[in-house]
Amino acid sequence: MTFALDTAAPNAEAPPANALTVEGLTTSIRIAGRWFDAVRDVSFTVGPRETLALVGESGCGKSLTALSIMGLLPAAVGRVSAGRIVVDGVDMTAADEPAREAMRGDRIGMIFQEPMTSLNPVLPIGFQIAESLIQHRGLSKRDARKRVVELMELVRIPAAEERLDAYPHQFSGGMRQRVMIAMALACSPRVLIADEPTTALDVTIQAQVLALLADLQKQVGLAVLLITHNLGVVASVADRVMVMYGGDVVESAPMRSFFKAPTHPYSEALLNAMPRVDRATALAPIPGQVPTLPDMPAGCRFQSRCPLRVDKCAERPPLVPMASDPAHAVRCWVRAGA
Amino acid sequence: MSDVAAPAPVSLAAPSAWRRATRSGGLALGLVLVVVLILVAALAKWVAPYDPDAQDVMMVLEGPASAHWFGTDAFGRDVLSRVIWGARISLFVGFVATLAGVVFGTVVGVISGYYGGKIDKAITAATDVLLSFPQLIMGLMLVAVLGPSLRNLILAIAITAIPAFIRVARGSTLAMKERDFVDACRALGYGDLRIMFLHILPNIMDEVVVMASLWLATAIRTESTLAFIGLGVPPPTATWGGIVREGFDNLLDGWWLSVFPSLAILLVMIALNLIGDGLRDATDPRAPQ
Amino acid sequence: MLRFVAKRLALAVPTLWAVLTLVFVLVRIVPGDPTIVILGDQASPAARAALRERLGLDQPLWSQYWDFMVQILHGDLGRSLVTNRPIITDVGAVLPFTIELTVAALVIGVVIGVPLGVMAARRRDGFADWFARIFSLAGLSFPAFVSGILLLICFAVQLRWFPVISTANASDPMERLRALVLPAFNLGLIMVAYVTRVTRSGMLKALGEDYIRTARAKGLPQRIVVWRHALRNVLIPIVTVIGLYLGVLIGNAVVTEIVFNRPGLGKLIVTALNQRDYALLQGLMVVSAFAIVVANILTDLTYGLVDPRVKTA
Repeated sequence: MTFALDTAAPNAEAPPANALTVEGLTTSIRIAGRWFDAVRDVSFTVGPRETLALVGESGCGKSLTALSIMGLLPAAVGRVSAGRIVVDGVDMTAADEPAREAMRGDRIGMIFQEPMTSLNPVLPIGFQIAESLIQHRGLSKRDARKRVVELMELVRIPAAEERLDAYPHQFSGGMRQRVMIAMALACSPRVLIADEPTTALDVTIQAQVLALLADLQKQVGLAVLLITHNLGVVASVADRVMVMYGGDVVESAPMRSFFKAPTHPYSEALLNAMPRVDRATALAPIPGQVPTLPDMPAGCRFQSRCPLRVDKCAERPPLVPMASDPAHAVRCWVRAGA
Repeated sequence: MSDVAAPAPVSLAAPSAWRRATRSGGLALGLVLVVVLILVAALAKWVAPYDPDAQDVMMVLEGPASAHWFGTDAFGRDVLSRVIWGARISLFVGFVATLAGVVFGTVVGVISGYYGGKIDKAITAATDVLLSFPQLIMGLMLVAVLGPSLRNLILAIAITAIPAFIRVARGSTLAMKERDFVDACRALGYGDLRIMFLHILPNIMDEVVVMASLWLATAIRTESTLAFIGLGVPPPTATWGGIVREGFDNLLDGWWLSVFPSLAILLVMIALNLIGDGLRDATDPRAPQ
Repeated sequence: MLRFVAKRLALAVPTLWAVLTLVFVLVRIVPGDPTIVILGDQASPAARAALRERLGLDQPLWSQYWDFMVQILHGDLGRSLVTNRPIITDVGAVLPFTIELTVAALVIGVVIGVPLGVMAARRRDGFADWFARIFSLAGLSFPAFVSGILLLICFAVQLRWFPVISTANASDPMERLRALVLPAFNLGLIMVAYVTRVTRSGMLKALGEDYIRTARAKGLPQRIVVWRHALRNVLIPIVTVIGLYLGVLIGNAVVTEIVFNRPGLGKLIVTALNQRDYALLQGLMVVSAFAIVVANILTDLTYGLVDPRVKTA
């Protein structure tokens, strides 16, 4: 059976060139009653068929960026304090909650890291996939069922028809992540945010899921924001790379130029900490730990762990394009001049 | 070698637990209420304005007034004095029965959990059966066959309390048995009795204490309910449930006869539940506050 | 599902046997000579011997136990010592009233407790939360006879909205319903307290789960996220708590029936106590034992409905 998602954008006006635009996003979180900026002034765009990888250690703000875009920050502890997020021509930051609800699951979908806990254990998976179709497309339960079978076949879940009424506990981790993907893609969104989609899976399953995502992206023209700490995953699927540290974007580059010439000292350290078969040198773990938000130094946030630290690092460096490659930008006083 | 002390973490004393407990104020309020009630009951002879059994034929079924704050009953007895004296019975039965249930149930539970095997299986099965029977009906049946008296009431309520404490103590002991300090004790050659009651018991006490505070409420409720049904300490002794019963039989003659002793029972229940909830929140950091 | 039911029923047999044995033992721990307890110490030796024979007390203990079990297996609870009527007839006549009351209280507990718990969890420390906490503290604190008397004084004696003397026997269904309201609320209050508590804490936990974030990522409105995705999961602990407290409910039903002077098992128990009718008492205990076993089976079957992991595991 061949089947493709409908690629026509639902809005009548000419579709914007960028599926996702983020400008100057600043997200604050509350720790012990005080608000701290956990994401600072992040800007990027993702176009159709493009994959942007957001890379960094846990706590660097990459997941918060994703939740900010989705409008899923828990109100008590997180808020978008500045910036603009535009999804498929709709300004999410200016929209009210019902308008954001209408966007979520329809024009922007998200898949999460933990396929074991991200599905509702007491609802049949067919129904969980169908929900957004019923919600956003007004499909009847019966029509939705037909479409769900197609979606399950699309993400290569075998025996889809019989498994419509199965429950999450009857699926393996890899199959559950396929269900998550089918769920996120149900309404043919323009943007997909994948937050560590393969981290919780076995290595062989990881490769299958990544290949599936790449495949679907080509078919549908999806813009993908991939959040990961795994540079191997980045190398295999990303078009561009953004490295985050302590809430700042410290480097932004096309994938090839990033791996050929990582420029920020943190990016270098990340790559050196990654095992590679073509290199015999010992792994170099990054010394020290990411400071907690209340302890973040003023100026460059990496300075406390940086081997290249100079006095100027007490001031916050700007993210500037490199002279040698304007597509490659870095936030570092020492390396930007090079 | 022999002077190495076996490590035994005691968690009840943790300062953070105390802070969690006192934050809501419920625990403190409950404790104050219970202490005041115990004092009033203990000093009934001096606190009560009248002799609880003194009848005054001139003052029958009088409503609350300055001479008799809670009014008088069908025999002209002062309801306030009877409620104060009744507190003695209710609190006494509650405390003694709970204490007996705690001691017996905890000892059996620790032994059951510590040794495991066939003894444990038999005790667990028996506990399950006893717990499957409604506690109130069980207590009612026991008093009915034993005959209503102070001793039999305490016995019956204690018996219904035992399985609950066996279950709690056994469960906690099973968890404790896996901890390193028990192995350390064994390595030091300590006897089973010493390990069970000097090392495991202090560490499961916080859960037992929480259970005991909640059970105290159950015991007092059971005593007053049985007295209300007519299975309490026989008249003319004043008991809360008994006074309510007398008032209930004269329901149309005066609301004060049953309302004031009812409120007394309610007060104790609320105080004990506040204590129980406060202690549970204090010892279980995961419990929603 | 059918296999699940069959398995559960088979599991109930040993429990039932154990509980019935407990009843047998309990009734036979009467201190002293039961015939004196029943007939009083003025009774003639001949009368006592006759009673002993009638009760089967002249038989050895194991044979009494055997007869007891065989009788029950035949659905025979024996005869009342006082009226000599078959106990099963008396029980059968009042059982519908007790079931009616218990079911009504359960419905009240769920219909009020679940929404109250959900609202409390959605707005922590808000008005609904405080109300729920005070309400559940009160529900847990009131002994059933105390709340019953207060309800009776307030709504029947003072306001005269409901009858003081129960009209549960009335043939007019409206009158029967009117007689049910106060007792059902009295009994339901306790269930509301338990259900509110477990719903509140369960919802607080569920709303923080990953699958709730997934549901919101689908663009589902908050209403559906809360009532469908979160609450469906909380049904599991709610059923657990209801099952756990069915025993408390049955015990309190007895007290409630006494306070409101309703026909039912409670009134029968009081009759048995007043008349020292130990045969009736034993029969009533057997009925309670059956009620508990049946309630536990129903609880487990409900699990199969609310938790897919139970029936497919």
